[in-house]
Amino acid sequence: MALGVYVHVPFCIRKCLYCSFTSYPVNRELTETYLTALAREINMYGSALSHTERAVSSVFVGGGTPSCLPVAGLKAIFDQLGSSFLFLPGCEITVEVNPGTVDDVYLNGLLEAGVNRLSIGVQSLQDHLLDELGRIHKAGQALDAVNLARKAGFRNLNLDFIFGIPGQTGAAWAATLGGALALAPEHVSVYGLQIEENTPLARAVASGQTTPCPEELELGMYLAAIDSLTQNGYEHYEISNFARPGRQCAHNLVYWQNRPYLGLGPAAHSFFRGERFANETSVARYSQKLCREEYPVETREKITPETEMAETMFLGLRLLQGVDLNMFYHRFGRRAEVVYRREIAGLVKEGLVEFAGERLRLTARGLPLANRVFGEFV
Amino acid sequence: MEWEKDRIRNFCIIAHIDHGKSTLADRLLEYTGSLSGREMTDQVLDQMDLERERGITIKMQAVRLNYRARDGLEYQLNLIDTPGHVDFSYEVSRSLAACEGALLVVDAAQGIEAQTLANVYLALEHNLEIIPVINKIDLPSAQPETVKKEIEDVIGLDTDQAVLASAKSGFGVEEILEKIVSLVPPPGGQSQAPLRALIFDSHYDPYKGVIAYVRVMEGSVLCGMQVKMMATGKEFEVNEVGIFKPSLTSVGALHTGEVGFIAASIKNVKDCRVGDTVTDARQPAPVPLPGYRKATPMVYCGLYMVDSVDYGDLREALEKLSLNDASLIYEPETSEALGFGFRCGFLGLLHMEIIQERLEREYGLNLITTAPNVVYRVTTTAGEVIEIENPSKMPPAGKMAMIEEPFVKATIMAPKDYVGAVMELCQERRGIFSNMEYLSVNRVMMLYDMPLSEIIYDFFDQLKSRTKGYASLDYELSGYKESDLVKLDVVIANEVLDALSVIVHKDKAYYRGRQLVEKLRGLIPRHLFEVPIQAAIGNKVIARETVKAVRKDVIAKCYGGDITRKRKLLEKQKEGKKRMKQVGSVEIPQEAFMAVLSLGEK
Repeated sequence: MALGVYVHVPFCIRKCLYCSFTSYPVNRELTETYLTALAREINMYGSALSHTERAVSSVFVGGGTPSCLPVAGLKAIFDQLGSSFLFLPGCEITVEVNPGTVDDVYLNGLLEAGVNRLSIGVQSLQDHLLDELGRIHKAGQALDAVNLARKAGFRNLNLDFIFGIPGQTGAAWAATLGGALALAPEHVSVYGLQIEENTPLARAVASGQTTPCPEELELGMYLAAIDSLTQNGYEHYEISNFARPGRQCAHNLVYWQNRPYLGLGPAAHSFFRGERFANETSVARYSQKLCREEYPVETREKITPETEMAETMFLGLRLLQGVDLNMFYHRFGRRAEVVYRREIAGLVKEGLVEFAGERLRLTARGLPLANRVFGEFV
Repeated sequence: MEWEKDRIRNFCIIAHIDHGKSTLADRLLEYTGSLSGREMTDQVLDQMDLERERGITIKMQAVRLNYRARDGLEYQLNLIDTPGHVDFSYEVSRSLAACEGALLVVDAAQGIEAQTLANVYLALEHNLEIIPVINKIDLPSAQPETVKKEIEDVIGLDTDQAVLASAKSGFGVEEILEKIVSLVPPPGGQSQAPLRALIFDSHYDPYKGVIAYVRVMEGSVLCGMQVKMMATGKEFEVNEVGIFKPSLTSVGALHTGEVGFIAASIKNVKDCRVGDTVTDARQPAPVPLPGYRKATPMVYCGLYMVDSVDYGDLREALEKLSLNDASLIYEPETSEALGFGFRCGFLGLLHMEIIQERLEREYGLNLITTAPNVVYRVTTTAGEVIEIENPSKMPPAGKMAMIEEPFVKATIMAPKDYVGAVMELCQERRGIFSNMEYLSVNRVMMLYDMPLSEIIYDFFDQLKSRTKGYASLDYELSGYKESDLVKLDVVIANEVLDALSVIVHKDKAYYRGRQLVEKLRGLIPRHLFEVPIQAAIGNKVIARETVKAVRKDVIAKCYGGDITRKRKLLEKQKEGKKRMKQVGSVEIPQEAFMAVLSLGEK
């Protein structure tokens, strides 16, 4: 089975107020350490993997802010990947870029390196909401980034948006959605803002400085996004994701279909050879281990068949078409309807999931309550 | 050491919590070489994990010390450790009956506390020789002279013989031992008379059966002897006689004046009642020793399993715990909301908490405890008098001619600056002022008549917080008084939740009802439907809140492939659900059943 490869770039110009991912302020020395270590890691896998294991169907470079790295650095990464892995024909190669960090030279460089998809962190088209999130860019720069990408020749763009921002109104969200449609991206992700622990945003909420978006309003925004995007030719194929026909994100589908992937770079996560493992989060420890020719893994967990079945269910239910019950049977030798008989019966009764042909999927009512559904399978 | 009655001293230690009783006991053990360094841990006599963690003594323990005194002779000293908390004053009175002397340990910085006083009075009733020990004299804030004066003024004890000590550093330990030898009288009793031994405690050993802790008052008990329990009439053959060192150590016999244990393959703990007299079956004593009054439970609560299927586990655990705790009383009961469970009686709130914690820890039970209540006495319109141990069993208002509730005489000691705060609190809790006395220039003792139900309702925590921890409290039951009480019901999703019913004073019903529904609104998680919560008296709803339906619950972000984190979040969510009780279609967390206790004051 072809592999997904994720590369984590743990650098940002400045960390956003809501972000709980691993990222460091970008600095030259640390970037050098990182690139050297990453090259080692890629090499290690290159020599450890069998020929079939090396086949890659998607690459996703995320962060952090990958576009913090000099374009030559990214090119070097792709060269390394190319010599250690085998990119299958049609392989999707995505890089996350943030507005305000790229120009035409940079984008041309990415294209030359083989990148065929960009994911742009637009987040909002209102400057005051971008400020609220602590983003470094203005709405105008986001539009510029999209135009530059098109000009450079990128034919496959994803735009990320966040709703439920403190202070955001329904009208503001509608305007952002309108702006998004006008940019005609191939793919759109809309995320409800999560207030994660230990972020400046969480502290602001705790101290009363910031009032979180009311639940009803957030729900309304979510439903508005579904309406407006599906009416304009986008397929709602995952809880937070929308795509033009044929433009679903191949890399994210690896996660949702619970297929194997390798995460490279500090704090990256992998699911490979029946184990889930996570790399060292600190660049220093990550690099030290690689210097000693060790895998830079911090935690490792063997996935039992029970866990794998549970994960297959709650990940697969994120997709609107749901979990393919025949595929489930082929994979585990057991039928999901039997393994989760009681859970499914309860959820069907509550109107949260339904059977559709050979699939089990969320209902329209279950969609905004998906966590309640997922919780039944762990 | 050869038995010689004149060289036996039996004593206990009376002290307030934190005044250093357990540390002093450790030092006495160390000084007399009763334990090797390897065996020595802190709080040797507090064997339960819970006791060590909380720094309290729950269960009494006994230990024999051999001490060579300055007169060159070796003495046998039996120390019987006693609990300091008001809930366990029953246990204190048991150990007092087995002693001739008591060390009164008072913190040199804090002076006498309410519970110390109560225990000293008990000791005086038993004619014990009391040796005051002023402990912690190495503290910078120590005021030994003031404390001495307090002891003289309040208790009326002569403090000429008082010992200044520091259990922490070991200072004064030898002097304490010398005073025990010189001041505590040796035990009396005829060594040639038929055996009479007082059972002052017992514990259950799975191999040996019930181990009875005894103080031999007259005669001797030997291994192989046929003995008779005078109250139950049951006979047993003694197969082990021993002493506490502090681990159980076999000896051939216990003689007049000695403290130790006997084992006789007693399988049923009821056959070996604490307070009973052991005598020689072949040559029985004509009269038993004076026994103890039976411990009466002060508070009751319902214990249920989160998953009703585990009811049998709870019954088994309670049976086992009660083997070692005669004061724990339990009876099966059924709640419409919670299913099968037990109504349990406890000596007080601490006792209840401890039992609850032991059930959860030692037996791994997932418990629901309902809010504690006192026993109400209801006279029906038909003239019948019934005792109500469960608020939900209260007859309808129309059928009751009178409700009475238990009152206590509460003794509170506090620095004089807090007199106002204490009085205010007592007044809020329907206390009736009866007396006030200055213990010293700075400390005051206040006496109140108060409903016991108010004391179990967060009173102690309030007292502590309003006096910055300086006040101490003791109380004893004084009798029943008529009160204007009503039953407050809680209705969740249109069904009365019997386990949440409480009995409150009429004047406070509205306020408590409002607070209770507000609290429950915060505790009950959001469901996929709206959950109305009401407080009602009879059919009259006095307060209402609603837990809104959840509309949105979805983790939007994919966490860059960190599926483990997502799974853990979902598992946590499920774990939380497991700890809730499903009542009808509503999931109610365990804390909700205790919510009424922590409503706080206006």
